[in-house]
Amino acid sequence: MTRVMTDIHGQNMERRSRIHPHKLALWIGLASIMMMFVALTSAYLVKKGGGEWLDFEVPQIFYFNAFVLIFSSVLLQASYVGFKRGHEKTYKYGLAGAFVLGIVFVILQYKGWQALYDLGIYLSGNPSGSFLYIISGLHALHVIGGIVALLVALIFAFRLRFVPTKRRRNRFELVIHYWHFMGFLWLYLLIFLFSI
Amino acid sequence: MEKSTLFVDDEKLLKDKGYDDHFHEHHHDEDPYQSNFITKYIFSMDHKMIAKQFLLTGMFWAIIGAAMSVIFRLQLGFPAESLTWLKPLLGKWIVVNSQGVGHLSTEFYYAMVTMHGTIIVFFVLTAGLSGTFSNLLIPLQIGARDMASPLLNMMSYWFFFLASVVMFISLFVSTGPFSGGWVAYPPLSALPQAMSGSGTGMTLWLISLTLFVVSVLLGGLNYVTTVLNLRTKGMSMWRLPLTIWSFFITAIIGLLSFPVLVAGFLLLMADRSLGTSFYLSEIFINGHALDNVGGSPVLYQHLFWFLGHPEVYIIILPAMGIVSEVMSTHARKPIFGYKAMVISIASIAFLSFLVWAHHMFVSGMNPFIANFFTIFTLIIAVPSAVKVFNWISTLYKGNLTLNTPMLFAIGFVSMFISGGLTGLYLGNSAIDIQMHDTYFVVAHFHIVMGVAAFFGMFAGVYHWFPKMFGRFMNETLGKIHFWGTMLTAYLIFWPMHYMGLAGVPRRYYKFDVFDTFSQFSELNKFITVMAIIAFFVQLVFVTNFFHSMFFGKKVRSKNPWKSTTLEWTTPILPGHGNWPGKLPTVQRWAYDYGKDGFDFIPQIQPKLDGETSAVH
Repeated sequence: MTRVMTDIHGQNMERRSRIHPHKLALWIGLASIMMMFVALTSAYLVKKGGGEWLDFEVPQIFYFNAFVLIFSSVLLQASYVGFKRGHEKTYKYGLAGAFVLGIVFVILQYKGWQALYDLGIYLSGNPSGSFLYIISGLHALHVIGGIVALLVALIFAFRLRFVPTKRRRNRFELVIHYWHFMGFLWLYLLIFLFSI
Repeated sequence: MEKSTLFVDDEKLLKDKGYDDHFHEHHHDEDPYQSNFITKYIFSMDHKMIAKQFLLTGMFWAIIGAAMSVIFRLQLGFPAESLTWLKPLLGKWIVVNSQGVGHLSTEFYYAMVTMHGTIIVFFVLTAGLSGTFSNLLIPLQIGARDMASPLLNMMSYWFFFLASVVMFISLFVSTGPFSGGWVAYPPLSALPQAMSGSGTGMTLWLISLTLFVVSVLLGGLNYVTTVLNLRTKGMSMWRLPLTIWSFFITAIIGLLSFPVLVAGFLLLMADRSLGTSFYLSEIFINGHALDNVGGSPVLYQHLFWFLGHPEVYIIILPAMGIVSEVMSTHARKPIFGYKAMVISIASIAFLSFLVWAHHMFVSGMNPFIANFFTIFTLIIAVPSAVKVFNWISTLYKGNLTLNTPMLFAIGFVSMFISGGLTGLYLGNSAIDIQMHDTYFVVAHFHIVMGVAAFFGMFAGVYHWFPKMFGRFMNETLGKIHFWGTMLTAYLIFWPMHYMGLAGVPRRYYKFDVFDTFSQFSELNKFITVMAIIAFFVQLVFVTNFFHSMFFGKKVRSKNPWKSTTLEWTTPILPGHGNWPGKLPTVQRWAYDYGKDGFDFIPQIQPKLDGETSAVH
């Protein structure tokens, strides 16, 4: 029988299973990123309420793009399930699919900005358009950061022998959480920028 | 009742009760953290070294920031005197007229005021205070080997260093550093042609502060993760010393508020370089109309103060934590109302996010909305008063050791009360409309968050200097430093209240053209003389600091202050990993002073035979 250390209350003093520090750090980091976007969307609402606001029809491509990012997240989740269950192919190709769709998302966002430009909505025009460019641009930058993380995961997946260790799983989960957050963030922004 | 000293064999306790995390097995002969000069002293990942780097950089900036205040105080106190003798230092910023009388150029005066604020608020009282003590104390007081991510921790310092370099460069730009006030309101900050510092100076200011935010976020991420994850066995949250609670909550406030500042900066950068009009509308400058339409400068104020108000608590909370710890140790009494202290820190943090617009009562906001902000601002008085009551109750009937750290801790409480009371005036929108942008505001915030936070920092430096350098600071010089600072601080800022009540506006270059304010010219001289004395008193501290680092009285025992917390169970100069063998385990809370007839019982001491009352 192993001796369990107790403190003066007789409580078990063994380390409780705590959340992995890297994951906690990631979540706190995500909360920070969220605060930045909350600030921008609040500024958007305040400015919109302040008058001199140009209303315009937002290009459809921005809505469509949400599905691209969601589908990418679904593929990544499938890849994660494959990783946990030892299905190497699901793991690898799910990850590759998520990565490709991530790039497609950024390209389509660029198309969206072009569509905006063709509508006559310029970055330096009325703040209503400037906000759209700045907020979606900042989101795209964060997505590109996620794509880099996916690329690293992809290199791991294809170059290393498939051994689903706890360490690798932890690392993979960091990428997955970040990527899902990017999808969630775009949905949140869509609600603010286009629906309210 | 005479207190007896408990004999604590901490070596034996560490050995018997300690937690073996097989630390020493990881590295055998060479320590990868400290193998050569560069990895030990420069690109160090050891939290204690990073703490010292933050402290020294903070001290460097404090001297520069304080010197700037002396320069603009010379202008305010002696507007008619010639400043030609400063020409070798300030060059073209001293404008010499045909009679050979030199004056500080107006642009440079504004630049000095702006830089003084920016430097002291961000570089000294955020990075220098929170950066130093969070790094030093979090791992040592929670019983951890180091931070959760030593690499991020090192990067946090180096981002701060980069921010410092960029800001320092901006001081030497030919058009001068940014001069539109530390809050950087547009349009002065948004239009490069607005004033000479708004061009390159402002660009560098923005780059520097963005780098600074990265540093704060990396540091904060680490502090929160470390406190939540790496506490040693037995160290439940309710056993944490108040220092750790305050650093922990400070880090959370920073992580939630600094990104909002970044959002504000992002829009500002777009306005400066991309031609957008987030903050600009219908502006005439140099006789030309700009084509920016639709923006609002008040939008920037909202984003800025959403950080700006929590920022003042980012500055004061660590000082409060340090003061609680120092006071309890040197009063030989448990801190009064430990849980109330924690709850007050948390509620101050929560409320800090709901009061930002009390900085904007004159921005044209709806008076009914101002009521909301007034009420929440005044509610902050409740947790603040709880803390003050607890500090005074801790002192009451304590066995006080009036050494330098304790004097600064008591001085902190004095400053916090004096400055806090005027906060009640300013928090009321009806009074604030009269007082806004007068010297009353200057007096209020300098006392409550400037001087008070410095006192907290000094208390911390004097108290933990033995842990940092294995030597004591000189007590006599310390007491000269304390009394000199205490007196001059009050003599500088107390009279400013009267000036503010009379309507003297802050940030003005000179008052001799206003008949109303001419009565204050002698007072202004007095304040300036006091400011100069205060500056030289701080040099006593700097001398004491560096002299004691090399020649101070050596620390002979592990626990010179007879303190209960874990940092005093490490070797006198802890190496990397802090504890050479096992990690300590925690058996009780951090404030068992004077319990059951014992002078103090350290946190590593298990329940004693015959210990009567409950063990926390």
